[in-house]
Amino acid sequence: MRRLLEIEDLSVTFRSRKQTVRAVREISFSMGREKLGIVGESGSGKSVTGRSILALIPPPGEVSVRRLIFDGIDLKDASDATLRKIRGRRISMVMQDPKYALNPVMTIGRQVGEAYLTHHRVTRSEARRKTLEMLATVRIRDPERVYSAYPHEVSGGMGQRIMLAMMLIPDPDLMIADEPTSALDVTVQLQLLSILDDLVTERRMGLIFISHDLELVASFCNRVVIMYAGQIMEVCDAQKLDQAQHPYTRGLMNCLPRIGGERTELPTLARDPAWLEDAL
Amino acid sequence: MIDVQALRISFGEGIDRVQAVRGISFVVNAGESFGLVGESGSGKSTVLRAICGLNHAWQGTITIDGEKQGPKRGKPFFKKVQMVFQDPYGSLHPRHTVDRILSEPVAIHGLEQADERINKTLEEVGLGTDFRFRYPHQLSGGQRQRIAIARVLILEPKILLLDEPTSALDVSIQAEVLNLLSTLRRKRGLTYILVSHDLAVVSHMCDRVAVMNNGKIVEQLDVALINKRDPEHPYTRQLLTASLGYDRHRVDNFKDFGNTV
Repeated sequence: MRRLLEIEDLSVTFRSRKQTVRAVREISFSMGREKLGIVGESGSGKSVTGRSILALIPPPGEVSVRRLIFDGIDLKDASDATLRKIRGRRISMVMQDPKYALNPVMTIGRQVGEAYLTHHRVTRSEARRKTLEMLATVRIRDPERVYSAYPHEVSGGMGQRIMLAMMLIPDPDLMIADEPTSALDVTVQLQLLSILDDLVTERRMGLIFISHDLELVASFCNRVVIMYAGQIMEVCDAQKLDQAQHPYTRGLMNCLPRIGGERTELPTLARDPAWLEDAL
Repeated sequence: MIDVQALRISFGEGIDRVQAVRGISFVVNAGESFGLVGESGSGKSTVLRAICGLNHAWQGTITIDGEKQGPKRGKPFFKKVQMVFQDPYGSLHPRHTVDRILSEPVAIHGLEQADERINKTLEEVGLGTDFRFRYPHQLSGGQRQRIAIARVLILEPKILLLDEPTSALDVSIQAEVLNLLSTLRRKRGLTYILVSHDLAVVSHMCDRVAVMNNGKIVEQLDVALINKRDPEHPYTRQLLTASLGYDRHRVDNFKDFGNTV
């Protein structure tokens, strides 16, 4: 199987006058057309990793990478023009909060349609037809009504579906989803994931699923990358996460309360400075 | 300890009127930890705000520790009942030091020995006196939530109303805060109402649970039934299934229980 994405020695550094923060420290991983989860606590560098693939780290952030290959295309030294062709069209990104990511003064139909018009030479009526079709794909019950609504008129779960539609309409090969469902109720969350799941299966899309929810990722993804303090602690098969070796992964698993679990004190996570030295 | 009967709460007037809570009743015994579970918009936080006196426009009866409560509460009430909010980034004053944050309730209630109280409470929430002169921005999320809990504890209340106290925290920090809350309840014999959308947290912390949907309690049950994965109401069942992780086949069977949001 040809690799969809290969990353070697990716580092992201934020320098300020007072201090230098190494948000991501020389991480490497590769993936095919699969569901790859990136899990970690806040500040572990998981979102920064996702953004740096699309070169979306603004200054003063500095990205350095030895190899960054997407579907045979070298993104490391790519020109802005090449990046523009790939960003949105072939790799798209779903953000966490639809409240901030959608344009509040544009109707939903227009902004979803815009994503299609930007990347395809089609007429407006064709874009409209495609938009309505895509809104139906993400299981919005009344696409016509939602098409002419504004973002504030829809609920959070609906907003997230709209964003998903917007990211899917150019038919990308790789989707980076940064906590796409964290703000939602559990049932809605799972419904959205099932849409993504079907797309990965039907369109053979690759998915990077960034989340802090270890259990959800374990049940949803094929493989999981565990990050801590900007480094990869461990990469394992999602099904075998309960047999994970690294003490950090085990610690994260153990400190979750469980339905029907012991009601004694929850084990807390003891962080070992040595983890940072012998990381993968 | 807490007796809520036929509580109704609505917002707005005329056609914009939204009935957020539609006649709910429950009783919480002294020393018990009671869970309120539901999805967003189900009205669980609204119930808590009415019990705490933060929302004045409600109908029904709320009796706390034998006393019937009106819409407005006096100082003795707040000495007894305190609330911990979801977001420790929003609930602490950014320009007040921990010392000032903790002194305020002491001064309002005219309690004595403020100094000792502050030090003792800081120790009790596991922070120690080193933290006394720091600002909230110098603390991590977990430490902030501990300060929010300290601010509540310093009045030595009997009842704590906890509105999603750990949902803004990382899981490792969540474990620490939940442990702290369990220890405090055991040591001080506190009564808790815990509002959460996370069934695992509720099943870990509570004895009895009320499940809310669309402003009504659909089911009140013992936590043992959740642990046995055997609740009665289909809504509770669905919530439980959803909490057990992703399974492509289960998702297709999800029904819409008419949540308004």
